[in-house]
Amino acid sequence: MFERLLFEAPDFFTYHNVVFLLEAAARTLGMTLIGCTVGFIAGLLIAVLRQSANPWTLPLRVIAIAYVETFRRIPFLVIIFIVLYAIQPLLEDASLLTIATIAICLVSTAFLSEIVRAGLESVPKQQIEGARTLNFGAARTLWYVVLPQAWRVILPPAIAFAVMFIKDTSLASHIGVVELTFSGKMFVNRGFSPLLGFGAVLVLYFLLSYPLSRLGTYLEKRLDPSRRS
Amino acid sequence: MTHLDVRDLACSYGSEKILKGVTLSAEKGEVVSLIGPSGSGKSTLLRALVGLTLPSAGEVRVAGKAVDYSSRKSVRELRSQLAIVFQQYNLFQNMTVMRNVTIAPTTIKKRPKAEVEALATELLARVGMEAKHDAYPEELSGGQQQRVAIARALALQPEILLLDEVTSALDPERVNEVLDTIRRLTEEGITMLLVSHEMSFVREVSTRVVMMDDGKVVETGTPSQIFDSPTHERTREFVGMILKH
Repeated sequence: MFERLLFEAPDFFTYHNVVFLLEAAARTLGMTLIGCTVGFIAGLLIAVLRQSANPWTLPLRVIAIAYVETFRRIPFLVIIFIVLYAIQPLLEDASLLTIATIAICLVSTAFLSEIVRAGLESVPKQQIEGARTLNFGAARTLWYVVLPQAWRVILPPAIAFAVMFIKDTSLASHIGVVELTFSGKMFVNRGFSPLLGFGAVLVLYFLLSYPLSRLGTYLEKRLDPSRRS
Repeated sequence: MTHLDVRDLACSYGSEKILKGVTLSAEKGEVVSLIGPSGSGKSTLLRALVGLTLPSAGEVRVAGKAVDYSSRKSVRELRSQLAIVFQQYNLFQNMTVMRNVTIAPTTIKKRPKAEVEALATELLARVGMEAKHDAYPEELSGGQQQRVAIARALALQPEILLLDEVTSALDPERVNEVLDTIRRLTEEGITMLLVSHEMSFVREVSTRVVMMDDGKVVETGTPSQIFDSPTHERTREFVGMILKH
């Protein structure tokens, strides 16, 4: 087996193949970054919306809850196909990468909104009442008091979600997005040993997710108030 | 003119009536203390006055002007005149002592930072916390946090200060440091409405004492009237019980 690997290696690690692999890795990373950034911002908006008690926002809140509860329960792969068939008639020249990214944003928004919501709810009610009586409006209460304290409850699971999500983007290969997993399949189809093709993919997934996990651990420590000073 | 005038104020949580028509008033510079058993509605009254619990009936006037608790503008104006200190201090855990005191005047009232910091330095010195500007609330004892909370309330230069059982959550030896701080404030002519179980303190600093029970005012009088010759049976019972201990 190892003989075969050694034999194939010079053919595998050519300039073109390496660039191809790196481009695929960039697509995986790009989809994750866009998905998690959009998901975090939209998730934050949904979480804040769900906290409001204003009767005018009730219809929006109902829609938000329905969306979050639905999209957290549909398998990611199914969402990708739904987006594929829903978007293609509307945007004929939407690339597969765009379609996968939209699907990713839809799912990450639903999950991250729950993570953010748990964080917002972890801030004691007294903190909010204190702000109210000092004449902080809702936005200032959120910005100055709630978010800074919710942060350390939000970050660890949010980063864990992003790390997990790097792997889940592999499902985009099912609709033909040339990301890491798809590139592995292509190499195998071209006759390379699966161990070599997917081995390279494995290493790249690790290189993408490990620094992110480390960042999570670092931020967790930094945000822990008992170690602040 | 009566500084704080509360008439027939009623409040309920769901179907449970907590305040059943409370009437009381405070003249400018008066220190009015609310006493009474737990659950008699003292804290709810203070929460209703600052608009944290919406009253269901009644009227509140501050310096003659009626407060409309359903109007955001009216409540905002009310809160600029009236500050509250809570039993659990409610200091912002993510900010230093200095920031806790300066944040509302600088970001809400938009006053110049240097001016507010000078005021905060003075206030923190007045409550004996000048050495702790850069500490975070969790690094302080309860009594220290409560003194910072008092400084934070004063930084808004309120005309009326509400104190809700500010010593109840403290270790016994920390109670006096907070009471000393309040005692000094009473000498400065700020109108105060305080809920307290420290009867000897209430007796010493109050100009008037209001006895509450079951969501209503039972009796109002000077400290000596309430403590030495209460006219109502319920007051006699409560005061007798407390003073015995």
